[in-house]
Amino acid sequence: MSLKKLSRINSVSGNEGKIRDYIIKEIKDYVDEIRVDRIGNIIAYKSGKQTQPKVMISAHMDEVGLMVNSIDSQGLLGFTPVGEIDNRILMSKPVCVGNKDLAGVIGAKPIHLQKSEERKKALDYTELYIDIGTSSKEESEKLVSIGDYVSFKSDFVKFGDNLLKGKALDNRAGCSVLIDAIKKKQIDTSFYAVFSVMKEIGIFGGEPATYSIDPDINIILDSSSGGKNLGDGPILSLMEKGAFFNSDLNKTIMNIAKNKSIPHQICGFDSDESDGCKVQTSGKGSKSIKISIPCNYRRSPVSVISKDDLKNMSVILDELLKNIGGK
Amino acid sequence: MSELKKFLEELSNDSGVSGYEEEISHLVKKRFEKYCEESYSDSMYNTVCIKKGQDNTDGIKIMLAAHIDEIGLMIKDIDEDGFIYFTTIGGFDPRVLLYQEVIIHGKKDVFGLIVPEKDLNNNTDKQKALGINDLRIDTGYKEDKIKELTRIGDVITIKRELISLENESVSGKALDDRAGVAVMYECAKELVQLKHEADVYFVGTVQEEVGTRGAATSSFSINPDIGIAIDVSFGYTPELSRNRTLDVSKGSGLTIGGNIHLKLREQMVKVGTEYNIPFQYEVDPGPTGTDARAIQITREGIPTLLLSIPLKYMHTSTELINLKDVKSSAKLLARFISSITKDNLEEILCH
Repeated sequence: MSLKKLSRINSVSGNEGKIRDYIIKEIKDYVDEIRVDRIGNIIAYKSGKQTQPKVMISAHMDEVGLMVNSIDSQGLLGFTPVGEIDNRILMSKPVCVGNKDLAGVIGAKPIHLQKSEERKKALDYTELYIDIGTSSKEESEKLVSIGDYVSFKSDFVKFGDNLLKGKALDNRAGCSVLIDAIKKKQIDTSFYAVFSVMKEIGIFGGEPATYSIDPDINIILDSSSGGKNLGDGPILSLMEKGAFFNSDLNKTIMNIAKNKSIPHQICGFDSDESDGCKVQTSGKGSKSIKISIPCNYRRSPVSVISKDDLKNMSVILDELLKNIGGK
Repeated sequence: MSELKKFLEELSNDSGVSGYEEEISHLVKKRFEKYCEESYSDSMYNTVCIKKGQDNTDGIKIMLAAHIDEIGLMIKDIDEDGFIYFTTIGGFDPRVLLYQEVIIHGKKDVFGLIVPEKDLNNNTDKQKALGINDLRIDTGYKEDKIKELTRIGDVITIKRELISLENESVSGKALDDRAGVAVMYECAKELVQLKHEADVYFVGTVQEEVGTRGAATSSFSINPDIGIAIDVSFGYTPELSRNRTLDVSKGSGLTIGGNIHLKLREQMVKVGTEYNIPFQYEVDPGPTGTDARAIQITREGIPTLLLSIPLKYMHTSTELINLKDVKSSAKLLARFISSITKDNLEEILCH
């Protein structure tokens, strides 16, 4: 499955080169046109029987991480978060530093030397650092530069009742569903596929991509915790912060899912924000919807999704494209 | 990868929570057998491997002790959604547990994740650390299935594979005190090249983390002339005080204090200086928090030494040591052991 590879590639928001190169390699033989726009989004076109309405499907390909912002006299690396990361998840975690994926660890003060009040207080990221095993500033400076991006190190693992664990499943899961849709031979509806950058830092690469494609229908593939259960099917969200998803399209999907008995869940207000608010109002606006995979422990090294949900997300997308294509 | 690093990787990745050391005990015994004539595990799983000396007419016995147990967790309860609640065995800072991967040692090994009981986003006070009671384990199984595979009382270890860092540094779990076991192993290797009169007892002790219990019973049954504990001590990092820490990669710490036999320590210093082997001093006037404290007061009293590998981030799953310290400690120990003979032992041990 390509999700394993997608999860393991380190590409923090603003540094999407590696994931972009990998996705381009994966899809280039299956699309009619492909280009990278000025901010780094991949925009590809796949033609089918039907060319109208103009459909765009997007998935953001970036992930949360850290960035090195200082190197101290002991060779330890200070950092700042890239995207929303809760400080409390950082202690005692392995990481990869820079584009060469240099191994490092975020340590923690030994419990033996702490006072009991200390353990009640969460440490801010400014009190933590990455250790790459060096012992001086000079040594570290040979290997690391200020501004290097840092990713969590976490294996892709199948566990429990058909679940998958890895880093960046938000939103490499969405990317893998979109890649699978592109690789299908016969399709009814032509579509633009966008793998967008910098969603996690709020720059929302999907917005300029929408502007340049100018679609009638915009389908966002993302992940959501949405208060829903893993394994009970992809989530159709009616609204989220700043976005009211198109009710006609949502009804269409719900009918398809119901008639074909495809598991799905409906979320009224989704507290997990996608780039919905941006792409919906980009340019002259488009009919936008979001299909998300339920994902637990997002923005941590151990995000979790269900294999069944992943499969059903592909099924729902296929059926929707058939429907838009007039079938 | 060097043989030393490979062995340390095996040790660090393996499981042996205090009181549950059977598995790691087998590994240690198997590896040490190569250099030892005799080996056995006792009723508590203390693992004893003996390398006989040459012309040891006085039957001199030197015991090295490194503990093979590690801190861990234990299942306290399983709820109706299949989530596992746990307690700790040994000293854990709960702050290092969030989002760690674990192995639950049930009927079979089960993979799980330590997760917050409440969604972190709803838990708005980000300044407040999560305690043990705010955490639980998600195995991805529902109640029925997880209760088939595990039960209350099963032990849990953090799942971590040894990570190679720059400059011969490595990071992983349970390097406290599997690094000490690696020192004994390198020492056994060194002793193949050196003449030594004393019989050397390499002891992987159990239950150190819950009160240096294995060292007490194993030193009782061995009754050595000299006992040397090999453990880890705090490596310097910026949030710690310089005068309570050792520098990583500058050699092992040699403890000075009441727990340590004065003239034996002087002999160790003499050997280190003679062979130009780096070491540092560590000052601890009271009973150290190591196997040395148990060994010293066994039977009618045993002259004891303590060597410590500098280790950063103690009792986390990213403990960090430098292999150079393991090697230099092993050399120091081997040279020391080789320096002890029937002609000088009595003189060194008298006060």
